[in-house]
Amino acid sequence: MALNIALKVNDLDNVATIFAEGVSKNDEVEVRDKKGGSRTMTVLGDIPYGHKIALADIAPGQDIIKYGEAIGMASRQIGKGEYVHVHNLDSKRGRGDWKENN
Amino acid sequence: MATTNPEFMGYLRPDGKAGARNFTAVIPSVTCANDVAMAICHQVQGTVTYLHHQGCCQLPPDLERVTDTLISIGKSPNVANVLVVSLGCEGTDHQRMVEEIAATGKHVEIIHIQALGGVSKAIQAGTDFARRLVIEASSCQRTPCPISKVVMAIKCGASDATSGMASNCVIGYVADKLVDLGATVIFGETTEFIGGEHLLARRGVTPEVGAKILQIVDDMEKRAKSLGCDMRKGQPTPGNIAGGLSSIEEKSLGAIMKSGSRPIQGVLDYPQAVTTEKGLWIKDTPGREPEILTGMACSGAQFMMFSTGRGAPQGFPSMPVIKICGNPHTYAHMSEDMDINAGLIITGEKTIEEVGEETFQKMLRVLSGEMTKNEAIQYFSSIDIHMLGPVI
Repeated sequence: MALNIALKVNDLDNVATIFAEGVSKNDEVEVRDKKGGSRTMTVLGDIPYGHKIALADIAPGQDIIKYGEAIGMASRQIGKGEYVHVHNLDSKRGRGDWKENN
Repeated sequence: MATTNPEFMGYLRPDGKAGARNFTAVIPSVTCANDVAMAICHQVQGTVTYLHHQGCCQLPPDLERVTDTLISIGKSPNVANVLVVSLGCEGTDHQRMVEEIAATGKHVEIIHIQALGGVSKAIQAGTDFARRLVIEASSCQRTPCPISKVVMAIKCGASDATSGMASNCVIGYVADKLVDLGATVIFGETTEFIGGEHLLARRGVTPEVGAKILQIVDDMEKRAKSLGCDMRKGQPTPGNIAGGLSSIEEKSLGAIMKSGSRPIQGVLDYPQAVTTEKGLWIKDTPGREPEILTGMACSGAQFMMFSTGRGAPQGFPSMPVIKICGNPHTYAHMSEDMDINAGLIITGEKTIEEVGEETFQKMLRVLSGEMTKNEAIQYFSSIDIHMLGPVI
């Protein structure tokens, strides 16, 4: 069976990007970092190619980090191994819908 | 293998710039002249036109912006000479277009549709002018030009999660190499700095440049917020989201990878060309293709390096666009539209440096005349000029 690879770009990141097709619940992925390190994780749900997996538990309101920088915040509790995307990640920028922001 | 002093075969212009192409530009001074310009271009080989939608019933700063943009396109080193097609009653300053382009030493002609007595007469007069201009241009010969004369524009479009990890990194590699060789590199897409602007501001050569970068991002974000909604779906686009990009911050952090790592010299306004300054520059543009490609062609760039993940095929009439695809599946599926396969970085078959060197060599060939894929099939008609105010 082909290895499911996920790439972690920066040491500070709490998500990694999966570059494998058809990753589904209870599959194992190998999370690789840029220094050649790797660890294996179990996926908690289906994750499409190019989409993100949480590397740790992330609390609501906590920053989601990729490239070592915040790419938004958790809109609800996210468990380690869970799929991270627009359903549980809120952007903090360009929010004309946030009244206090205008 | 690595050349220490690379050159390309370009067209030396009277103002000292070097072109990678040798077109006669047929420039409509207003959208109402588009059909005449198009008819002339259908008839005369070696011409290109720019079918934009501006130039009348706009506020004075925008009219000036259209005039300045069309002048900068005419001054581009890829343009040998120019025919301006004017309706006669437009809001742009067609006379200034002729004067400022001609000041670079280029042959410029102008026709006025109303004065000539209508469309068919204007097409006839314009075709006769254009024929003379392309014959004149065709006698220009390519000569060896130093790499320091290169002006590279860069952009990403239809991005996905591979863009920030592969294709944009390849462009960043080429950008750093060109800056180190004394050439000029220009990147834009101000919307796609949102969330990463602090990283760019730190690279400004002076605190003023850093402050200007923060200011153009703030202005762009304010425009995005002015309609009172979440900008998601506008930016990132539904395609970006389907490709794994969850927020504008994530898209931006991947997008700015293509700027490499060198200091940022300054910020150019949309219609503005670089003069003699070298190094890495920002051009204040939105990210959408029709507007940014025009803005980049205005900068004096001879070509554009364009990264994509989901497959964006667009080019620009007088500026060859090299497509670098970071997604191995998209490359396999759309290889007829893609010039470079950076998906091999994602699959682990090649390094960023290896694909970067391959891309650099491709760049030298394109600058010397080799066509890119979108250029060969002329996929470049949908262009426009970025406006700040309304049509009134």
